[in-house]
Amino acid sequence: MSKTIRIGSGAAWWGDRVEPAALNAERGQLDYLCFETMAEATVSAAQVRARRDPAFPGYDTYLDDRMRAVLPACMRQGTRIVSNQGWINPDGAAQRIVHWLRELGFRGVKIAAVNGSLITERVLQLTDRILENGEPTHTLAATLISAEAYLGAEQIAEALRQGAQIVVTGRVADPSIFMAPMMHEFGWDPLDHARVGAGNGIGHLLECGAQVTGGYFSDPGFKDVPDPWNFGFPIAEVEADGSAVITKVAGTGGAVTLQTVREQMLYEVHDPANYITPDVVVDFTTARLEEIGPDRVRVTNIGGKPRTATLKVSIGCTEGFIGEDMFFYAGPGALRRAQLARRILEERFRIVGLEAEEIRIDFLGINAIHGEATPADAPEPYEIAVRVAARTRTREEAVKVGREVDGMAVSGVAHTGKRVPHQDRTREVIGVWSSLVPREKVPATVNYFES
Amino acid sequence: MKVLLQHVAHARSGDKGNICNIAVFAYTPALYPLLKSQLTEERFKAHYGGAIKGEVLRYEVDNLDALNFVAHGALGGGVSRSLCLDNYGKALSAAILGFEIEVPDALLGELRGRDLLQQEH
Repeated sequence: MSKTIRIGSGAAWWGDRVEPAALNAERGQLDYLCFETMAEATVSAAQVRARRDPAFPGYDTYLDDRMRAVLPACMRQGTRIVSNQGWINPDGAAQRIVHWLRELGFRGVKIAAVNGSLITERVLQLTDRILENGEPTHTLAATLISAEAYLGAEQIAEALRQGAQIVVTGRVADPSIFMAPMMHEFGWDPLDHARVGAGNGIGHLLECGAQVTGGYFSDPGFKDVPDPWNFGFPIAEVEADGSAVITKVAGTGGAVTLQTVREQMLYEVHDPANYITPDVVVDFTTARLEEIGPDRVRVTNIGGKPRTATLKVSIGCTEGFIGEDMFFYAGPGALRRAQLARRILEERFRIVGLEAEEIRIDFLGINAIHGEATPADAPEPYEIAVRVAARTRTREEAVKVGREVDGMAVSGVAHTGKRVPHQDRTREVIGVWSSLVPREKVPATVNYFES
Repeated sequence: MKVLLQHVAHARSGDKGNICNIAVFAYTPALYPLLKSQLTEERFKAHYGGAIKGEVLRYEVDNLDALNFVAHGALGGGVSRSLCLDNYGKALSAAILGFEIEVPDALLGELRGRDLLQQEH
């Protein structure tokens, strides 16, 4: 029988659950366990925090939880780990993993840290235009926090070739984290776009964890899945041509079906024939899906086209603040009282001279989620939360939102329910812009550590 | 008869910057042509009212019985700038399930959640 490798998911984002990762490590019979823990603004938020808090190590704040949960089983079974938990400090994350390995009694384990994605100091020289608005990137100079290129799988595969048991990275494109083991195990040439494309497509199916095994899917009466409190994270059984079976540990909740797989296949995809990653351009329009057993979907024929000459760069900038708060109405007439409360707030924002780029006053229960897409004839609910938010240039302006909501307690409308403020009602906005950089200008470097 | 799209298709939304993609999947291959002919870019955008500020592009993904709608300017400036509580727009895909679509009698047997049809009418 031809070689098959088993790649499992350990996380789909920073806040993801840890228990399914531990289960995949224990019972997934995995060759590789891969973690995706970053969002668009993760790097910039980490930079802001690192400036304020010198004790912040700059890697995934759940690194300890995740590693303690999976290291024993992974080390016992020879499962290798690929993870982007390095955030802005892959070396630091690798050293922390060394600490846990020693603590658990595993000595002589090789760990690689992939650096090089951070290009904050060079980004204005290396890039030309902002993709979203066509302006020169140097217009961001005054507000720039951080810039990082999305690296591909090549350096991870190289680290695996060098014998690293665990590879921890900074910013790497999400599917590449899951594809790198395929590239290494099957010896794919990085320019073999057919196989790399197929593998990246499978990586895309894995990168959002439970979203392919029944998470973000249940819709009672239409799309029901068993035990949605106990989703298993996905496992791909991958073959040398980049085809794979998507499955999960037996006995876990959720489901792997044609429906769950195709929903994930188009998740965050724009042109399905041209899904651009650092490694390849993936074509999902040729893919074939087949249910070959319970919770087993075979995925073949995902296409690939040659990779682009550039890498995507994310540029995080300070863009002011958001002030936000809410208060509540219930019972007969709740909507009328909420409407009067909105009118009072609008007037008071004028009185205090709130300078805002945008103000939003929603009725949670009616239009706070779908906004202007809410049908005009939506029924009046029994309870309504009035939710107020404004985006401002300064924190002083943002504070006014919460202060005026405070005023609604005794100077507002009958039957107003309100929380005593117990948390900061302002937050900083880190705007994220995109640009492109020639790929040869962003060389990755790998540092090795041993437990 | 006219039914809500939720009986014909399922949907998922995802974010990239200020762009939201909403993929709509026919429950069965026989229902897919209904999506293609009735759920046009124009009607999709109109259904979202002012919530989509920019253009909508529709990709036909025949191998998945799916239409992928790419809605520009749908996320209030992007995840970090948005004043919407659902700043990722993860719930936006549900709105299109309220679109009304005409289903010929011969295909009524293909619909999902048929016990709910009565109370919607």
